[in-house]
Amino acid sequence: MPVSGPPVTKSRPVYLNLARIRLPLPGLVSILHRISGALLFLFGIPLVLFAVRTSLESAHGFASLEAMFAHPLCKLVLVGLLWAYLHHFFAGIRYLLLDLHIGDDLRPARQSSVVVLVASLALTLIIAVRLW
Amino acid sequence: MTRPLRQTVGAHYGWKDWLVQRTTAVVMVLYTLGMLGVLLYNGGVDYALWQALFADVAFRVATLVFGLALLWHAWIGVRDIWMDYIKPTALRLTLEVLTLLVLIAYAAWLAQILFAARQA
Repeated sequence: MPVSGPPVTKSRPVYLNLARIRLPLPGLVSILHRISGALLFLFGIPLVLFAVRTSLESAHGFASLEAMFAHPLCKLVLVGLLWAYLHHFFAGIRYLLLDLHIGDDLRPARQSSVVVLVASLALTLIIAVRLW
Repeated sequence: MTRPLRQTVGAHYGWKDWLVQRTTAVVMVLYTLGMLGVLLYNGGVDYALWQALFADVAFRVATLVFGLALLWHAWIGVRDIWMDYIKPTALRLTLEVLTLLVLIAYAAWLAQILFAARQA
């Protein structure tokens, strides 16, 4: 086959402008899965360990923890971590199903990513309202 | 003399970590649903119920299994984050070792909370 014209040259490497990429919903679920996991590692695990230890120490410890969690700022942190847990939970179950090739076509994958986003936000909101 | 074929590419711990990540996830889902069931069934939790729950050895063992699954799961996830974003090897290795030490310390703390002799 004859070669016609000079070879096509592209400027490499290609730098992608993250701010200009419109992330599809499954991508949003994915990055939030990572962010929520990091939050749970950094703040969730030590907080839960501290809470379990304090709550089991004595009736006084249990009550002091309740008083601490009643503080609005503390509630805000708890609600944030609650969202992180719920999002990580639902997104994780979605990935387990995708691993089993359940719903891994484009349309159902998009739909399930919406379900994950909405379910975790809605549940967080419902529990937050009941906490307040 | 024939020698077995040597694997020349990949670190081949990937699929094991993949499986561990999934297995520990399932363990955590089951524990979460069980805990949710207990809380909903009792309509919340007070100190007496909390104490009674943790007095049960089976519950404490289940909680330890959940905790260890969580810490193992966290190790794989956090290490993946360092591997993806931290390019300088020395810094990445330092962060990975620190993560591992923190997670081991959490495991020890959890075991101490659950199984250290408590005053009656």
